[in-house]
Amino acid sequence: MTETTMSTAKPSMLRGFDLKTAGPAIALLILCVIGFLLNPAFLSEGNITNLLTRSAFIGIIAVGATFVITAGGIDLSVGSMAAVIAGVMIIVMNSAVDTFGTGVTTVLIGCGCSVILGLGAGLVNGLLTTKGKIEAFIVTLGTMGIYRSLVTYFADGGTLSLNYDIRGVYRPVYYDSFFGLPIPVWVFIVVSIAGWFLMNRTAFGRYCTAIGSNESVAKYSAIKVDRVKTLTYVIQGLCVSLATIIYVPRLGSASSSTGVLWELEAIAAVIIGGTVLKGGYGRIGGTILGALILTTIGNILNFTDMISNYLNGTMQGLIIIVAVWLQRGDWGRNTSAD
Amino acid sequence: MKTFTKIGALATAATIALTGWASAETIKIGVSYPTPTHAWAAGMNWHAEKAEERLEALYPDVDLILVNSPDPSAQASALEDLVSVHQIDALVVLPFESEPLTDPVLNVKKSGALITVVDRGLSQPGIEDIYVAGNNPELGRVSAEYMKTRLKDGDNIVVLRGIPTLIDNERFDAFMAEIEGSGINVLDHKHANWNRDDGFEVMQDFLSRFPDIDAVWAQDDDIAIGVVAALKQAGRDGDGMFVVGGAGMKETIKGIMDGNELVPVDVLYPPAMIATAMDVTVSAFKSNGPVAGRYILGATLITPENAASFYFPDSPF
Repeated sequence: MTETTMSTAKPSMLRGFDLKTAGPAIALLILCVIGFLLNPAFLSEGNITNLLTRSAFIGIIAVGATFVITAGGIDLSVGSMAAVIAGVMIIVMNSAVDTFGTGVTTVLIGCGCSVILGLGAGLVNGLLTTKGKIEAFIVTLGTMGIYRSLVTYFADGGTLSLNYDIRGVYRPVYYDSFFGLPIPVWVFIVVSIAGWFLMNRTAFGRYCTAIGSNESVAKYSAIKVDRVKTLTYVIQGLCVSLATIIYVPRLGSASSSTGVLWELEAIAAVIIGGTVLKGGYGRIGGTILGALILTTIGNILNFTDMISNYLNGTMQGLIIIVAVWLQRGDWGRNTSAD
Repeated sequence: MKTFTKIGALATAATIALTGWASAETIKIGVSYPTPTHAWAAGMNWHAEKAEERLEALYPDVDLILVNSPDPSAQASALEDLVSVHQIDALVVLPFESEPLTDPVLNVKKSGALITVVDRGLSQPGIEDIYVAGNNPELGRVSAEYMKTRLKDGDNIVVLRGIPTLIDNERFDAFMAEIEGSGINVLDHKHANWNRDDGFEVMQDFLSRFPDIDAVWAQDDDIAIGVVAALKQAGRDGDGMFVVGGAGMKETIKGIMDGNELVPVDVLYPPAMIATAMDVTVSAFKSNGPVAGRYILGATLITPENAASFYFPDSPF
């Protein structure tokens, strides 16, 4: 089993390298051209800013997911995790108002709480997977349900809303710009660079790839497999908490409909970007393009009334499949069936 | 198998006889609805609990049993329990889905209980004795009527729709029918899934795409919150721009009472309809007037003048 995955993963990595790198970029470029042809306002500064800001949530989460998937794992809990972290942040900030007022301190307490929860939730997923020896799919399917129902419980089935005075202080984190780019985009950029560095320039990144390629070989090579795998989930948790920190000031609320299907969008972004779902090969740059492609599809569909609203899902599905086919297909080459 | 059921039935009958002896005249009414997982349903849950308190205080011999279920099959089992364990005299039910719950409700009816159906009709006519529901087409029509009072020939609006469902179509079609011929242009309509985030993103895109928008029909209060955030971000919340939502969320109603110009009105689709249904059902046992029939609640236009009577600050919705 493991031998075959090795032998198929390796040659395709060497053969299709150029196409793999360029595939997502070409897909994004084509989408942008289509968007511009449909409506020149697509390339207006306002729309581009909206697009980038919107991509930040999924993008940041997807950077974390790249590590998890590269190391052969999967995390289905990220959307629910984002919702429950957003909910707890709001509860904590609302109750901190009495002691700390409606200033920056309260917001920082909220953010700190978010980071702690993110790291903690990631650690739980990681330890249950490695020490608990339960499949990641099942662990995170479980925590997905737990987090989703927790946020419903905290909100009493309704919506948790941030205190209006804190909203004034916190709002700039989403809406303000710094050197012409909205702050969420800066966070996205920083997370991407950090992620790229970690994946491509450190031993940790190489360990992730090695474990994803073949866990037993990695273990015999004296890699602390459990520790590295757990860390990938912790990184994922941290990414979720960062995304939540920039999500909460947008509408100042969290409910059970917050972050629904974000996990699938994040996984789709990772795969569109060229990372292999079964692990062993990860590309942070591709993930970022993947996140941008996903957001652009939604944006373009809102820019046209040529396609029935009911077919939005069909268009998204088709574009995702085509984008992945662009980089996986051995077009022009003889498929070496092994 | 058969003997088992018989023994079970005997046992239940015995228990019922025992408890029934203690309170011989109690009128038992089961109230079954989906577990609240979104704000509107949470509001409904709150109003059901309030109505239970109020009615039980008013009539000591009435016992209301509230049960919520997370999915259609759980609701079907809950209905069976209400009959077998509680021996209910009447059932108030908001079905999860029409199709899978039609038979279970029919079985409750066969036990002799009075049936009140709320909001979502069953797929077979004639089962319910009482039907209480909001009015989806009317919600669309009333919204359009308000738009016409504020806008003139040649003005532009955009429409944000809910989740693609029958409810959404009814509202949308009635809105478009009422707008027709007024000269108001509906630039485009997109689904925002009764969700704040989608409302925000769809509205952002409408704003980039259309330089001239005079008003927004958001159809729902949650979508309207996202729309308002997008309008404020783009700085296009002035110049008489207004947004019409729907449902009757407490924050929206509070805003209307305070004279919010961006969301000046709301159109009612009240979660409190469950309380109406419970009242009517209890009346069936208490009133000297006939109560069976269909109660279609009005889609009232909530304005600063009447907002106070629809404002429940303690409700989660």
